[in-house]
Amino acid sequence: MPFAIPKDSYAGKINSLTFGSGDKAVTIGGENGLPFLSFESSISNRPVVALEIQDVAPSDWPDTVRKVYDGVSGSPAQWAKFCQDSLGAKIVALRLVGTHPDRENRSADDAVKTVTEVLSAVDVPVMIIGSGHIEKDAQVLKAAAEAAKGKECIIGKAQEENYRTIVTAAIANNHKIIAMSQLDVNLAKQLNILITQMGFNRENIIMDPMSSALGYGIEYTYSVMERIRQAALVQNDPMMQTPLLCDIGPNVWKTKESAAPESELPEWGSLEERGIVWESVTAATMIMAGCNLLVMRHPKAVETVNRLIGELM
Amino acid sequence: MALSGVEIFKNLPKTNCKKCGYPTCLAFAMKLAALQESVEKCPDLSEAAKQFLGAAAEPPIRGIVLGPKGIKVGEETVLFRHEKKFVNPCPIALNIKDTEGSDAIAKHIADVNSSEIDRVGQMLRVDFVCVSNESGDPVKFAAVVKQVAEGAPNAGLILNSSNPASIEAAITHCADKKPLVYGANAENLDAMVNIVKGKNIALGIYAKGLDALSDLSEKVKGMGVNEIVLDSGARTAKEMVEEYTMIRRGALKKSFKPFGFPVISFVSRDDSTFEAAVASLGIMKYASIIVVSSIEKWKALALLTLRQNIYTDPQVPMQVEQKIYKIGDANENSPLLITTNFSLTYFIVRGEIENSKVPCWLAIMNVEGLSVLTAWAAGKFVAGSISNFIKESGADKLVAKKELILPGYVSVLSGSLEEKLGDGWKVSVGPREANQLPAFLKARV
Repeated sequence: MPFAIPKDSYAGKINSLTFGSGDKAVTIGGENGLPFLSFESSISNRPVVALEIQDVAPSDWPDTVRKVYDGVSGSPAQWAKFCQDSLGAKIVALRLVGTHPDRENRSADDAVKTVTEVLSAVDVPVMIIGSGHIEKDAQVLKAAAEAAKGKECIIGKAQEENYRTIVTAAIANNHKIIAMSQLDVNLAKQLNILITQMGFNRENIIMDPMSSALGYGIEYTYSVMERIRQAALVQNDPMMQTPLLCDIGPNVWKTKESAAPESELPEWGSLEERGIVWESVTAATMIMAGCNLLVMRHPKAVETVNRLIGELM
Repeated sequence: MALSGVEIFKNLPKTNCKKCGYPTCLAFAMKLAALQESVEKCPDLSEAAKQFLGAAAEPPIRGIVLGPKGIKVGEETVLFRHEKKFVNPCPIALNIKDTEGSDAIAKHIADVNSSEIDRVGQMLRVDFVCVSNESGDPVKFAAVVKQVAEGAPNAGLILNSSNPASIEAAITHCADKKPLVYGANAENLDAMVNIVKGKNIALGIYAKGLDALSDLSEKVKGMGVNEIVLDSGARTAKEMVEEYTMIRRGALKKSFKPFGFPVISFVSRDDSTFEAAVASLGIMKYASIIVVSSIEKWKALALLTLRQNIYTDPQVPMQVEQKIYKIGDANENSPLLITTNFSLTYFIVRGEIENSKVPCWLAIMNVEGLSVLTAWAAGKFVAGSISNFIKESGADKLVAKKELILPGYVSVLSGSLEEKLGDGWKVSVGPREANQLPAFLKARV
């Protein structure tokens, strides 16, 4: 019996979004179907990976991944350059974790200095991510957005409690924005609506549905993303058609699986490979759910997921 | 095609005899429509009705039981796990080539036998071994199958050979273990079917491409084999995701019978981490059995964890065990906090406590997997039950100063809880959100 391929057609399309400047600019999104089903939809741009760097040395990263950056991680500019030149990063994601009041509590001025150094060290697009502290992020990202004017960065994360300041700064300085909500389809949509109501172009938004790591609630993220994608493509909801960001590094690299030595847990096997496979499989899960942009830490895991994306295209 | 309850009801005797265990024929019809009951429960069904309903009630993807432990594969009913649970977790099978030396094979067997891990209370393991007849030699193949069947008596077996003579030689060593015979194709079909037919042994069939696979599946079915496992020859990541999607859609949405069977996926890559990433696609996108070329402990841990995550019931919250968890180097002077056993709540609270670097005791109370506010609203996370749990948990032996820190959202409970606990207990109110825990804990030190 001949098999008639059951194709679905999609009413909607994901916005495509270009960030960075010059010939190194990167475009994500643009697909008009569910992930990697090229027999019924077109995938204009493959998912891309940004390598994470920080404004302070990553003292809280497990050795397995920290040691990769020994020698450069004391200087954000050198670290960024290392990612671009030695690791071939297409995007650098600068996390200003040192500005968190519970961490080094660096000031907005300190952050501006770091942002300026990093931007002049590399020509690939830069993402500027705050520490996750609601009030401090509003101050820091506002200053960082001004310092990065003209570079068309992605800045974030704007959350329900602080999006106004961050969106205003993004409009004034021509940046894209990450809108993060907490693992909920409706909250994600609501935040996108609030941001566009401020006059921000919805095509400049990237949605962060809040990532989780393999074994630590990843099935929630996975299903929330699948539902967001169906709302965008099947139900053609324009407020859900923004590209999806998965910022997996902080979740993956604080799991026990990425840090506990083999001597403590012999049944879990080699620590080195365990951390890398944890980040790789987490990333693979996110791209199958529709992720357009990943932020990751271990170059071996990045290589693995890039190879996987290559095989999927 | 699925029938509605009313359509089914029309074909029932309408006597409300209760012999099926339901009060009325309509109630039974509704269960049948939801695929939660089998028509055989009705003893008075006419032959015509039986045939009609039997065909309609057949699950769109057949379930097949394999291996000595009777692991069921297939019988999936949805494309997306948010619609309904994925039901039968895909077994992971380790591939062993019969060209490998006896010592190497013994090591593979040991790896399989020691692959069990405990993950949030579930025991997970590599359940199957696929023996591949690389040599083409029936004698060699049979010897390795024998070695595996004896060495890993609990593992399910996949006999992978396109040579019927090899299958015939090997199957004597495992016929009682419900093996999967894999490797029937257009050329060897008659001989392969003859081996399995009437023996209740499932047959894995291979044809490159979906049209050829559909033809082969129909042919095998026509020859009287009902337990079929499909391989469309998808080997690249792209082929896997696209072809498995088409097969599942065909079975579920188009009732395309030739594809109403479980799917077997072979992933083999030079790099083991990359192989794990490819196998993970199979777990998410519709493989029913996944054959991998190695199962290092770290790799099995990642794949079995992903499988557990993807196959959890989205309607039933994941729960963690009720007990007091020690975080960091907690001692009798460390703070004691309490929250509920919803796994996300636990993971997030635990993560933030770890971030704070302040060693703590974290009491996790069983409220059937609800979050703090929901459990409180449902009357499960209230002064009486919390007090009973803390008293029975032996918390008073862990901490010198009897103080319990309550989530900020249920601060209203602090007075009554302190009263119920008595015995010198003090109840303090913590922050509302987990991300405020580091600051809260550090301020106390």
